[in-house]
Amino acid sequence: MKGCKAFIIGGSAGSLDVLLKVLPAIDIEIAFPIIIVVHRKQGTDSLLSDLLSSKTQLRVKEIEEKELILPRTVYVVPSDYHLLIEKDFTFSFDYSEKVNYSRPSIDVTFQSAAEVYTNKLVCLLLSGSNADGVNGLITVKNYGGEIAVQDPSSAQVDYMPAQAIERANVDRVLRIEEMAAYINALS
Amino acid sequence: MPNSATINDEQVEILINDVLEQYGYDFTGYSRASLKRRLLRLFGLDKQVSFAEFRYKINNDSLYFKRFVEQITVNVTEMFRDPGFYKALRDKVLPNLGTYPFIRIWLAGCSTGEEAYSMAIVLKELNLLNKSLIYATDINPTVLEKAAQGMFPISQMKQYSENYIASGGIKDFSSYYAANYSLAKFDNDLKEKMIFSTHNLVSDYSFNEFQLILCRNVLIYFDRELQFKVLQLFDNSLDNLGYLALGSKETTDFSPISKRYKRLETEKIWRKIQS
Repeated sequence: MKGCKAFIIGGSAGSLDVLLKVLPAIDIEIAFPIIIVVHRKQGTDSLLSDLLSSKTQLRVKEIEEKELILPRTVYVVPSDYHLLIEKDFTFSFDYSEKVNYSRPSIDVTFQSAAEVYTNKLVCLLLSGSNADGVNGLITVKNYGGEIAVQDPSSAQVDYMPAQAIERANVDRVLRIEEMAAYINALS
Repeated sequence: MPNSATINDEQVEILINDVLEQYGYDFTGYSRASLKRRLLRLFGLDKQVSFAEFRYKINNDSLYFKRFVEQITVNVTEMFRDPGFYKALRDKVLPNLGTYPFIRIWLAGCSTGEEAYSMAIVLKELNLLNKSLIYATDINPTVLEKAAQGMFPISQMKQYSENYIASGGIKDFSSYYAANYSLAKFDNDLKEKMIFSTHNLVSDYSFNEFQLILCRNVLIYFDRELQFKVLQLFDNSLDNLGYLALGSKETTDFSPISKRYKRLETEKIWRKIQS
């Protein structure tokens, strides 16, 4: 896809390593935001954004509610809230029931973003041990967006991307070393 | 394209208008992404087949409307949620307020009451409960009935006990409740100082002066304009040098009241420094 308006990465167990490898090679002139929704323990928020910002020249920030979404920025979802996207391209949070035993749930963010960005949305699902994100990918695809997953053979935990390949009509299956070039070409 | 047995944005606005006209409940300032998600969830839960029927039921069945309000608003809560927050209450805020002859606390959006009982436990341990009053309010009468019962699932007690200890509690948490089949019934003396009442932050006014107002994870469901309006309501209801506590992702920043408030360093607690 060209002219991507938002790139969202979902991941669970084994996805942090991937992020740390991919981020340094992302072009700092990308024309869209990168939004990261990963499962993690409560109360470790600033740790993750600090860790990620040490790997890139892009602005990395912990998401604030009602914040306007800007390009060339890496947004990290806080733990213990679902992340939603509003029609006016701002973020909002939701502290409702867990989905797939998860909060944040990747499905929730993918589905919400699909309604807003429709065919200009690209979502990537990484390593993980449950199927959160798979239904979201299907929704993104229904709205005309593009969906990619980590090559299960390169994933620390292959269940999540393997489920996606089985159930969603995935556009791209990417090895870790292919991801940055793929993302850079979406502008 | 996405399936048709669903609710589109226009229909969300229709429902918002309906419940305002029919029942006086004003959801116009609610964040749409979350509201729509809740509507779709209810639509699916109740196996609704068409928007027209769903709309008819909401408009014409006042019992169903009660369920509607209960399901549209988020009622997820827990005891001693964010232990660091309760530690700050215990170590800094409440000892300070303890020098007053009387402490009035407003828990706005108290849901099923877990925070009210947590607050009562901390007050009791600081020997302040007898001179405190906790006004626990919510838009939703059903959750207030639950809150007044003081019974929570026993399956949650392990987590709550861990939260309690992490927040600086030193007693045996199980000394505060009696196991009753699958429920933990909290001691009656904890609720002697609680007053439960419906209050709609969108449309109701200030009803007292408080030294401490807690409203955690409610403002996230409101748009900026409504957030500012509600913060103004809190400002009008808070004594000078009183404290305002918000959820871990909420802030007074950007709002007109922010200049009168000074934040305690680590937690989302602000002190009113001028009236």
